[in-house]
Amino acid sequence: MSVTMQDHWYPVALASGLRRSARDTLLLGRAIRVALDDGGAPVVTAEGRALPVQVKFGHVWTTLGVPAGDVFDIPEADQPGRRLVEVGSVKVRCSPLRAVENFLDIAHFPFVHTDVLGSEPHTEVERYEVEIRDDVDEVWATKVKFFQPQAARSAQGGITTEYMYRVPGPTCSVLYKTCPPRPGEWDVITLFVQPLTETTCEVWPWMALFDDDSTMTEMIHFQQLIFLQDRSILENQLPALLPLDPGREIPTRADMLSIAYRRWLKRHGYTFGAQLVAA
Amino acid sequence: MILYDYVLSPSCYKVRLLASLLGTGLDLRPVDFHPGAEHHGPEFRALNPAGTIPVLTDARLVLTESGAILTYLAAVKAPEWLGHDDPAMQARVANWLAFSQRLTASAGGARLHDMLGFSGDIDTLRAQATDALRELEAAIHARRRRGGIFLAADRPTIADIACFPYAALAPDGGVSLDPYPSIRLWMRAIRALPGFIEMPGIHRLHEQMPEPGPMPDVVRKESA
Repeated sequence: MSVTMQDHWYPVALASGLRRSARDTLLLGRAIRVALDDGGAPVVTAEGRALPVQVKFGHVWTTLGVPAGDVFDIPEADQPGRRLVEVGSVKVRCSPLRAVENFLDIAHFPFVHTDVLGSEPHTEVERYEVEIRDDVDEVWATKVKFFQPQAARSAQGGITTEYMYRVPGPTCSVLYKTCPPRPGEWDVITLFVQPLTETTCEVWPWMALFDDDSTMTEMIHFQQLIFLQDRSILENQLPALLPLDPGREIPTRADMLSIAYRRWLKRHGYTFGAQLVAA
Repeated sequence: MILYDYVLSPSCYKVRLLASLLGTGLDLRPVDFHPGAEHHGPEFRALNPAGTIPVLTDARLVLTESGAILTYLAAVKAPEWLGHDDPAMQARVANWLAFSQRLTASAGGARLHDMLGFSGDIDTLRAQATDALRELEAAIHARRRRGGIFLAADRPTIADIACFPYAALAPDGGVSLDPYPSIRLWMRAIRALPGFIEMPGIHRLHEQMPEPGPMPDVVRKESA
C-alpha cells in the first residue's frame, strides 16, 4: 500500500503551549482539535474521532491516516549539552510545500537575510551534492558551503558555514550547519510545517543548538527574525501552489535541492499544496 | 536607557528606529512575547501593569506607551524631532501620535491574528485598517501637493516614526498597500533617512536596477 500525505505525521502544537482550553486548527484542510485530557496528556480529535498522537521535539504530532512508523528521528538532537529551542508558530499565507522549499533554498540568503545569513557580493552558491536516499526515503543535500556574516546568535563575525539539508517528510526539513562555538559538531535547525490548507500553513521552527552564552529568549528571537524575513517573501510567491512539473521556470545549479524535493514530492504523489500543470 | 524589546514588535521597532536615526544607543532587554508570553508574567507586570511592550526605563523613569517613549527620546537627544516649531506643528504631531494608536489597533491587530494566531474579528480589523490607511493616504497626498512628504513638518518628526511601522506592515495582516501611492512614497522617504534600520517585513532601500527591457523573443513565441 502506498504512503500518502495523510499517512505522515504533522506538528499541530507545542506540547508546552497546550492549555486546558482546546486549540482548534486545521490539518490538510480538515478541522482538528488539540486539547489536554484529564491526566494532562495531549489528545487530538477530528470530528470526534481520536487521532494518533506522539510528542517529540517539544511538539505534538498527529496524522489523519495510518503512519508507517513513529515520527522521524534526529539522533544529533539527543546529544547532551544541546539547548532545545521552541521557537513557536508563525502562520503564513503560502503553500506548505513552498515554506519547505524556501527553507531548502541557499541562494536567497544574501537578498532576504541581508547581513545575517548572507551578504552581497558573496552570492555564489558553490556546487553541492544532492541525493534521494531510497533506503530511508529522504531527500539530502550535503557539502553546501556559504559565506555568512552572522551565521548564528553565537557567531562572532563572518564565517564560511557548511550545511547539510534533510527532508524526512513532505512538510518537514532538518538542517545541519556549522556550529560556531563547537567546530566539529552540527547545529540542528528544523522547520516543521503544519499544512492547514493548500495555500496556508503554520510553521513551527525548532532548534537543538550548542550555545552557552545566549539566553533562550535571544535564541528564539534570532530565529523568529530570520523566519519573519522569509514570511513576507513567501506570501508573495506566484503561483501560490508549488509547480511540480517543469515549465517556464529556469532552474540553475543552485536549485538542485529544490528540483530533487519537487521530484520526490511528485514521485510519491505528495501534491497537497502543489500544482501538476506546468507554471 | 533600557528598552524592553521584542524583535517582531512594530511598537518596539519604532523606538529602535528613532534611536538609530538619532545615532543613540539603547540597552535592549529581549522579552519572550511569543511563544513564552513573558509580558503576562508577574515579573513583567511588576514593571508594567498593563503587560504591554515596549517599556523604556531611564533611571527611575518608566514609560509604557510608545508615543511617550518617542517623545522622551527626541526631547533628550534631538528636540527638532518633536516638531515644536509652532503651535500648529506641535498639535499636528500630537494628532498623529494619537492616530498611530488606530493603526496599532487595526492593522496591528490583523497582523497578530494572521501571523501569530491571536484572536480577533479579522474582517473588522482589516476594514478599520483600511479606513486608517485611506486617511493617512489623503493626508500625505495633501502634503505632497504643497511640496512636502512628511506628516507634520517639512522634515521627519516623531509623528512619522509613530505611524510608519504599522502602516508598512499592513500586508502582514492581509491589507495590501497597493492602493496607496502617497504612503509608499512616504515610506520610501523614511527608508532613505540616514541611520534607517530594518525589521522583518520592512526592507532597506536597494539600489535601483536598470529596467529589464522588452521580453525576449523566445518567451513571446512560447506564450503565443
